[in-house]
Amino acid sequence: MSSLQGYVDRRVTLILQDGRVIVGLLAGFDQKSNVVLSDSKERVYSTDEGVEEIPLGLYLVKGDMMCVFNSFSHARESNPRCSTLIGELDEEIDQATDLSTIRAEPLPPIRY
Amino acid sequence: MLIFSVFKTLTDQTVTVELKNDLSITGVLKSVDQFLNIRLDNITVSDAARHPHMMAVKNCFIRGSVVRYVSLPAEHVDTQLLEDATRREAANQVKR
Repeated sequence: MSSLQGYVDRRVTLILQDGRVIVGLLAGFDQKSNVVLSDSKERVYSTDEGVEEIPLGLYLVKGDMMCVFNSFSHARESNPRCSTLIGELDEEIDQATDLSTIRAEPLPPIRY
Repeated sequence: MLIFSVFKTLTDQTVTVELKNDLSITGVLKSVDQFLNIRLDNITVSDAARHPHMMAVKNCFIRGSVVRYVSLPAEHVDTQLLEDATRREAANQVKR
């Protein structure tokens, strides 16, 4: 079983179906690859300014076809979002990176 | 189930996974499950200049449903055996 066990309590990057990138501490997961991130931040990439970090707090990301829930009631929108990819962040490299200098196109959404 | 078995025989080989968001990730296949979720180690993103999003990521878990292609090391796949096995499975399905 290819599970997320090794990522618990690690800082992870999550890429969602709509192309968003969220980093946070993996608090938990289940067999459907629903995940809970604590202290999470969205990283917004753009070509004309550096990466913007938006604090999101505690996030529950559905593994499959459903929505993201978070601890803020004023969620900006309620589009269905789900995770596509989870990666472990190398803290050293991540901390050495100056996010304000990075320019990149946002990732495209998943197209089935 | 057949493809799951094929992937299991390919663990510790280097594969390239292309996702449905056009991201291509090369890495060592660590494990795979029945949903064809994939775990890769020591990853590199092709066209890293365009996709710095994964710069600090060294290993990752990819949801099976977002994989478009997996390119396999040809020398580690017995094509003849796979061909026979897939035909046998297809024949069994027709019978059922």
